[in-house]
Formats: sequence, C-alpha cells, structure tokens
Amino acid sequence: MLETLKQPWPWYVAGALIGLTVPYLLLVGNKTFGISSSLRHVCAACMPGDIKFFKYDWKKEIWNLFFVGGIAVGAFIGAQFLSDPDPIVLAESTQEYLATKGITDTAQLLPSEIFSWDRLFSLRGFIFIVLGGFMVGFGTRYGGGCTSGHAIMGLSSLQWPSLVATVMFMIGGIVMTWTILPFLLTL
Amino acid sequence: MEHKFQHTPTPQEVADLQLRELDSLCVNESELQHPWWHNLKYSAWGILFGIVFVKAEIISWFRIQEMFRFESFHMYGVIGTAVFVGLISVQLIKRFNVKTVHGEVVHIPNKEFNKGNIYGALIFGLGWAITGACPGPLFAQVGAGFSVVLITFLSAVAGTYVYGLFRDKLPH
Repeated sequence: MLETLKQPWPWYVAGALIGLTVPYLLLVGNKTFGISSSLRHVCAACMPGDIKFFKYDWKKEIWNLFFVGGIAVGAFIGAQFLSDPDPIVLAESTQEYLATKGITDTAQLLPSEIFSWDRLFSLRGFIFIVLGGFMVGFGTRYGGGCTSGHAIMGLSSLQWPSLVATVMFMIGGIVMTWTILPFLLTL
Repeated sequence: MEHKFQHTPTPQEVADLQLRELDSLCVNESELQHPWWHNLKYSAWGILFGIVFVKAEIISWFRIQEMFRFESFHMYGVIGTAVFVGLISVQLIKRFNVKTVHGEVVHIPNKEFNKGNIYGALIFGLGWAITGACPGPLFAQVGAGFSVVLITFLSAVAGTYVYGLFRDKLPH
C-alpha cells in the first residue's frame, strides 16, 4: 500500500480529488474554491494601509488561510513521508530542450539550476523567483482569480468570465514559454 | 454578484461584503457563526490537497514546462478531470438542491466580467510559465521544502498589494 502511494499518482486520481474540492467546500461551509484570494487576505491582515481594496473584515475569510496552510502541511507530508526516490519522468523532448539551456537536474520537482538561494541574486534567479512571483500575484488579483478560482471553480459553475480568464492565462503561459522564456533561460 | 442576506443586514455588513466581492470569485458569506476550530475542516482538506499536489507532481516546474510546450498530457488530464468532476458536482448540487451540512442553501456568486479577466489573466499566465507555479503550488513548494519559494510567495503578496494600490488607475 505505502509502496503504491509512493509512486507518482496518475492524473485522473489527482484531477478527481482536486475536482472534489469544489463540492467539499460548498457543502461543508458554503465556500467557493479559490486560492489566490489568500494573497489578498494576507495583505488585508498584515498591511491594509489606507487602501480600500484591503480594508475589509479579512477574518470572515479566514477559512481560506486555514486551507492554504493545510496545503503547505500536506506538501510537507507528501515530500517527507511519501516521496518517490526516483527522478521525475519527463517527456524526452522537454528534457532534451531544457538540456540545451543548461537545465539538467531533474532529481527534484524544481530545477536546482534556477530555484535555489545561491541563484536568487543572479539576474536569472531574480527574474524567475522575484519577478515571476510578482506577476503571479499581480495578475491573479487583476484577473480576479487563478487556476483554482477561474479554471476549476469558475468553469465548474459555468461562468463565462472565467472561461475568458482561463483562455487568457493559458495564452500568456504559451506565449511566455515559446517566445521569451528561451531567452530568459540563457541568462 | 448579489447575496441575499437572511437577516436585515446593517449598512456596514453590506459595504464589507461588497468590498470583499470586488474582483474576487471567492467570497463567502455563510451567516452561521462557528468557533475557530471549525476552520480545521478546511485545513484537513488542504492537507489532502497538498499531498496530491506533491504526489501528482503538479507543483513541479518541469510539469508546467511540459504543459505549455504541449509535450505531455499530464497537466491537461489533471485540470480537465478536476473541471469535469467539479462541473458534475455543481450540477448535482443545483439539480437536487443539496444543502450544506448545516442546512444552508448553497450559494455560488456570479462573476461579472471586467477587462481584468483579460489583462490580468494574461499577466498571470506570463508569470506562471516563469515560476512554474500558480498560487496554490507556491504554498505547496514551500511546504515541500523549497525554502527559496518563500521569496516567490512574498513577491506574489507584493504583486497583489501593488494591484490594490493602483486598482483605480487600471482599466476594468
């Protein structure tokens, strides 16, 4: 049993469990699934300043912070006790492409050539770690949600603005991957 | 995005709800009051969620690369299945008028379109391909031991903050 759990889980198991988050949250507490809101609640809780967008009763949304806290704990459990000792099995074409950019360490979930404290203060590290994070935080809030709020919750409840947003962030990701990222990886 | 209060709300309550609803799909206005530890049921599901994130390699930068390079089905399978299961669930809840465990009517706020759904989502997508993580995986990567992602997370909070700061000047 444990050996099976330690193998990488197939997409349909993961997808089904993630999809079940929608009815779980709705039926347990009338909550709608969305993760990027947590970033806003952190702002509202820690530094609302004089900004209207952050001056609300964040404690009413505190369940969201409990949820994302759980995600971090669950990831810790997954990585510590259920981790697969083998490197991640990548599509060969992706692996070959990344090797041409000097990304060869697939032992972990993130490439150590980019995401490490040593690299943080290089130009590439700054772009991937700091600038990328900024764009994710700014873009999700401006866009009104992320993969969970728009692609999963929004599409599940047939909201067309969420379809627009989902199409737009997929386009953004594809454009970045095929046009700018090849250059950024060489920095 | 109207919400029907079951009691007569005070003007403050209405104003606060409207403010939280601003550009967010994720507003919750259950009228029930619970002690704090009721929130642990969200933590419990979050823990399961985090394990799934790690074990299906959804938080892997490599998997996101594969997805955007169209070289693997994995992430499309995950997201597609999740939407399918979510869609069926929401339809069943609506069709059979399933109530919450506390007997409340399930309420899903309607999302109103604004231009942020275009510009903001595009910026998010550009960033997603760089970090290889949307907001959920950021929490999971930190939990899984990639401590440098704390910086990515703080940058994401900063990005959200800057949006709030300049919100009135941005096209919506």
